[in-house]
Amino acid sequence: MDKNNQAAHLKKEILIKTIKAFLSDDFGENTRLIPFEMRPKGYEVPYRCCIYKEREILRNRIIASLGFSMEGADERILLSNYAKWATEREKPDEHTLTVLESACKGCVPNRIFVTDLCQGCVARPCLENCKFGAISIVNGKSQIDSSKCKNCTKCIQVCPYHAIVKIVVPCENACPVDAISKDEQGHARIDFDKCIACGKCVSSCPFGAIHEKSQIIDILYKIKQGKKVVAMIAPSIAGQLPCSIYQLKTAFLKCGFYDVLEVAQGADITATNEAKEFHERMNEGQPFMTTSCCAGYNNLVDKHLNEIAPFRSDTKTPMYYSAEICREKYPDAVSVFVSPCMAKKTEAMNNPNVDYVMNYEEMGAMFVAHKIELSELEPSSFDSEASREGRNFGITGGVAKSVEIADNGNSEVKPHLVNGINKESIRALKGFAKKGQCEFGNLIEVMCCEGGCVGGNDCLNNVRTATKAINEFTKDSKPIV
Amino acid sequence: MAKVKVKMCMGTTCFVMGASDLQELMDIIPSKYGDDVEIQGVPCLDLCSTSSEAKAPYVMVDLTVVSKATVESVLEEIERKLKNGQE
Repeated sequence: MDKNNQAAHLKKEILIKTIKAFLSDDFGENTRLIPFEMRPKGYEVPYRCCIYKEREILRNRIIASLGFSMEGADERILLSNYAKWATEREKPDEHTLTVLESACKGCVPNRIFVTDLCQGCVARPCLENCKFGAISIVNGKSQIDSSKCKNCTKCIQVCPYHAIVKIVVPCENACPVDAISKDEQGHARIDFDKCIACGKCVSSCPFGAIHEKSQIIDILYKIKQGKKVVAMIAPSIAGQLPCSIYQLKTAFLKCGFYDVLEVAQGADITATNEAKEFHERMNEGQPFMTTSCCAGYNNLVDKHLNEIAPFRSDTKTPMYYSAEICREKYPDAVSVFVSPCMAKKTEAMNNPNVDYVMNYEEMGAMFVAHKIELSELEPSSFDSEASREGRNFGITGGVAKSVEIADNGNSEVKPHLVNGINKESIRALKGFAKKGQCEFGNLIEVMCCEGGCVGGNDCLNNVRTATKAINEFTKDSKPIV
Repeated sequence: MAKVKVKMCMGTTCFVMGASDLQELMDIIPSKYGDDVEIQGVPCLDLCSTSSEAKAPYVMVDLTVVSKATVESVLEEIERKLKNGQE
């Protein structure tokens, strides 16, 4: 679904209000009042059956923004209590997603359906072409027997009136690994053993029923306590807001962060190490190597695609190296990775050097709540500047290119780009692993999101303008070698 | 005929709440209307503080405020202004 939609708008509004409440003098009470402020007495009921349901769903969204799960939550508990608990926990929850049953439509299951547009024609191509005998004519119109239908969509293709449609459950349809499905009541449930945290279900649900559990309050609370909190900003950030990364640094400092580090610096180390590793692997006669910087892809390999693991680079991610740099520079600091996607939250969970992850939506909401006008800020400089290649990591093709340039002509690099993880690309990757070769190239760059990290589920800007902005910014950066 | 002037708010709030998607207008408007319509990205119009971030992003078409602006709603308002200008 396009990012420009009212469900996404609503989620960002909730984040801004929650952060504003945190920054106010009474976090608990002001959080409790958010649903009433957003839907005061007599207010129009824009989406749901009544104002009470509207408020209840807003309340659920706030609970997710405070970092809690809605699964098994007790509806009798006040929002003010959740707000209090958010500042008391030591570590964020393990699972990154939660389904709001109250917001979930309980969509009708995936199926092929004959609409009223069926003209009951003489030709009956649907009936003639169904290999499974699922179509019969009832009262002069086509009807599908769902117990026989195999969802092959042949009838859809042959109907001259476009009268047959495929009904999809958007979240199930978007999930590349079948990790989301309906429970007995028809509501979506996530199987976290299968989930790769790609965030595609979050972006696809038209009811905005799937929420990322935010760690923003944990982060802001650490700042409030006077801890040194350091932001590590991912390379894709350069195209996200109407300002430079130098102004962004100023904005973070104004919000109380102690320092800001460019993760593109870590990307430089990834590129250099990966180029060395690639050269070694090719010398050993390996057929191909895949990149290893995308957290969504790494989750996919670990949970569903073990066969490709031997071909995956052992080089660590830019976040890993940046967090190492951060720990060394500020041993007592709280480190926060600022991320375009949710998958990085799962990676951070397994990295003791990363304490929290803040996504771009949360970052944007934080700037709004702090009333920061980005374009008016003075720039702040970084202690060290990353390379052009490192800064291009977040764009599809950027990682492969950086490895190729860092390799500096030592090996014959033929990049092949997997631009987005979906059922087809998973099948293709499985094929490469099984055959032990890839006919399209020897360096396979895998990006979970289309367009690269700039297409991440938590990005603020659209892929096209973000890519343009990054290219504009990096063209004057120093080369990696 | 006077030019229709479009001011697209590029303030933090509007950008976060969706003005990022309005940047397309920078390309669409000159190619569609040529010299009849002028568009510029402007710093915060200060509508978010008087109204609310819930209604952002804001775009001004002459003196009309388009709230929760989309590419379509801005183009619609421009059409209305051009039509009125002709009468």
